[in-house]
Amino acid sequence: MPSLGADMEAGTVLEWYVKPGDTVKRGDIVALVDTSKAEIEVEIFEDGVIDELLVPVGERVPVGTVLATLHPVRAEPLVAVAVSPPVEVPAAVGAPARLAAPPPPVMRVPAAPATHRPRVSPLARRAAEELGVELSAITGSGPNGAITKADVERASSPGARAAAPDAPLLPPEPVDRQAAMREAIGALMARSKREIPHYYLQLEIDLSGAIEWLHEENLRRPVNDRLLPSALLLSAVARALVEMPEMNGFWIDGQFRAGPGIHLGVAVSLRGGGLIAPALHDADQKSLGEIMAGVRDLVQRARAGRLRSSEMSDPTITVTNLGDRGVDLVHGVIYPPQVALVGFGAVRERPWAAEGMLGVRPTVLATLAADHRASDGHAGGRFLTLINRQLQKPENL
Amino acid sequence: MSVAPAKTITLREAIREALLADERVFLMGEDVGAYGGCFGVSKGLLDEFGPERIRDTPLSESAFVGAGIGAAMGGMRPIVEVMTVNFCLLALDQIMNNAATITHMSGGQFAIPLVIRMTTGAGRQVAAQHSHSLEGWLAHIPGLKLLAPATVADARGMLAPALADPNPVLIFEHGSLYNFEGELPADAGAVDIERAAIRRAGADVTLIASGGTVATARSAAEALAGVGIDAEVIDLRVLRPLDDQTIIGSVARTHRAVVIDEGWRSGSLAAEISARIMEQAFYELDAPVARVCSAEVPMPYPHHLEQAALPQPETVVDEVRRMIGGGSDE
Repeated sequence: MPSLGADMEAGTVLEWYVKPGDTVKRGDIVALVDTSKAEIEVEIFEDGVIDELLVPVGERVPVGTVLATLHPVRAEPLVAVAVSPPVEVPAAVGAPARLAAPPPPVMRVPAAPATHRPRVSPLARRAAEELGVELSAITGSGPNGAITKADVERASSPGARAAAPDAPLLPPEPVDRQAAMREAIGALMARSKREIPHYYLQLEIDLSGAIEWLHEENLRRPVNDRLLPSALLLSAVARALVEMPEMNGFWIDGQFRAGPGIHLGVAVSLRGGGLIAPALHDADQKSLGEIMAGVRDLVQRARAGRLRSSEMSDPTITVTNLGDRGVDLVHGVIYPPQVALVGFGAVRERPWAAEGMLGVRPTVLATLAADHRASDGHAGGRFLTLINRQLQKPENL
Repeated sequence: MSVAPAKTITLREAIREALLADERVFLMGEDVGAYGGCFGVSKGLLDEFGPERIRDTPLSESAFVGAGIGAAMGGMRPIVEVMTVNFCLLALDQIMNNAATITHMSGGQFAIPLVIRMTTGAGRQVAAQHSHSLEGWLAHIPGLKLLAPATVADARGMLAPALADPNPVLIFEHGSLYNFEGELPADAGAVDIERAAIRRAGADVTLIASGGTVATARSAAEALAGVGIDAEVIDLRVLRPLDDQTIIGSVARTHRAVVIDEGWRSGSLAAEISARIMEQAFYELDAPVARVCSAEVPMPYPHHLEQAALPQPETVVDEVRRMIGGGSDE
């Protein structure tokens, strides 16, 4: 069961799209999984032949549970080598030894790159068992968010649920998705505010050139392909990140890890409340048209509850645009374990002083919330400046 | 006998008492005689006991440690002084292949009642060939007993039982402790050389230290008390064999441990202690065991770099706060 976001503890298999014997390749969608937030299509990250499906439809299992086993593709014996650590065979021993043994079955389907077992100290785990406390409901206060004995005791004492000694490992599947989502968002945002030393910067950006360019560009485009200013903003962020890798990645185990690509988490508000920020993959390599189409597709599928697992787990930074709601300024809360969030308010005409003259220009307030463990205000300021610079040359976006 | 408070005197008194108590005891090493020991430990002893029992040796650790082993096999009770633990590497063959092994190889026919004293540790700006803490290497060797006095009472009291032990005993004297002063009762005698000691009782975290780092742990414990964290300080005293009972007993009460070791972290004594805690008290742990060790560099000469390379009380405090405070202060 992949971790489809830092706030996910467990998921339910709703549907299998493959059966034993099916050949799959990297990127295929193999299952539909329900988290507390949405129904997510789970992709596979290895080529091979499905061996066995271990979790039946309808079963709720914790993140990290093996869902299925996979045989490597037989035509390519090197796949087995790639999966089990390669053993160096001295050349003198001869090549046959290398290929003699049949490849062992690969006992994993690593659907998501980073599945985190919840951090629970051994003592806390023991205490939770003794007190009948449900660990998945506890937020840890220990090192790196680990659950400690004190957390367990707190959870078991005041008004805590009656301890059922043989309660199931997981709570019953939440009936009310709204409530579950609020709980998940609440837990994650509380963790963010507790653990991440946020700092905030803002920059007002003159968009007159960009908006003018956009008007002309849109005249050339068919109606369906017209661009919105938000596409420019996303593209500018993605291209600025190429020069600012320290803003693009994760804070894990006390250190920064750069993201494998520039995958913008695009914050999408859901009908009926709640929020999800799926990945717009490799946004720095997309044209404005592709960004526009990508965002439209993400929004539609997010609201329909049909996102893919990689979109849930891959974002390397979040961009939130609350301009549509008439907001001027966003002070964002970072989505752990990311290290930065860029916010945009509404594009409005505002008084603008330049070259000794006061004029009226369309501007936007860009804000950065960044993790002070990973970067300092100097770098953050440079990042916002680079976004501005990108927006002054819209023809390059 | 009057008791002088300074530790330089008490350590010398311990040797003097041993020389007086048993005529088989003699002291041997570089500059222990006419010069009085490079840290002044044996000053005056040559005049009192003569060159037969206070023997200056050539600069050849392998030769004079080997001579000590031979003397011990022949029924003497030698105290061999090696100037610093770095130099004992020259005698490592004698220490390991002979001292630690001959009892076994001879089927128990020979005991090796040898005591080797050596200075260890940094902090005195004597650079990368005189400042290291290699106790962890020697603690790897079965057949040796390793002692690390951290208090005036232990500096004074460990020598007699070490000489009485039929096996080779290595005593590591941290260079920074020679100037420590403390009052001892006149009748302060031998101490045990089996157990670790709890130097400060506490409920929230166990700080495990030895020799020179006991002071570091104590300073850290005082600082932690100021922020409401009650730290227990264990002075290992005996580095081999380790007193598991005291260590595990403490961790079972506090559920958290920081091991402070002036050796390098990789393959250190701190690593061994951390592993034992994991093996024997895993289900008592409320946080991963933390280690505060020396930076993995040759010990620098400049004062500020040397201090930066060594375990400091502030580092210990930071580790504990990270453990208990839940990450950052934010």
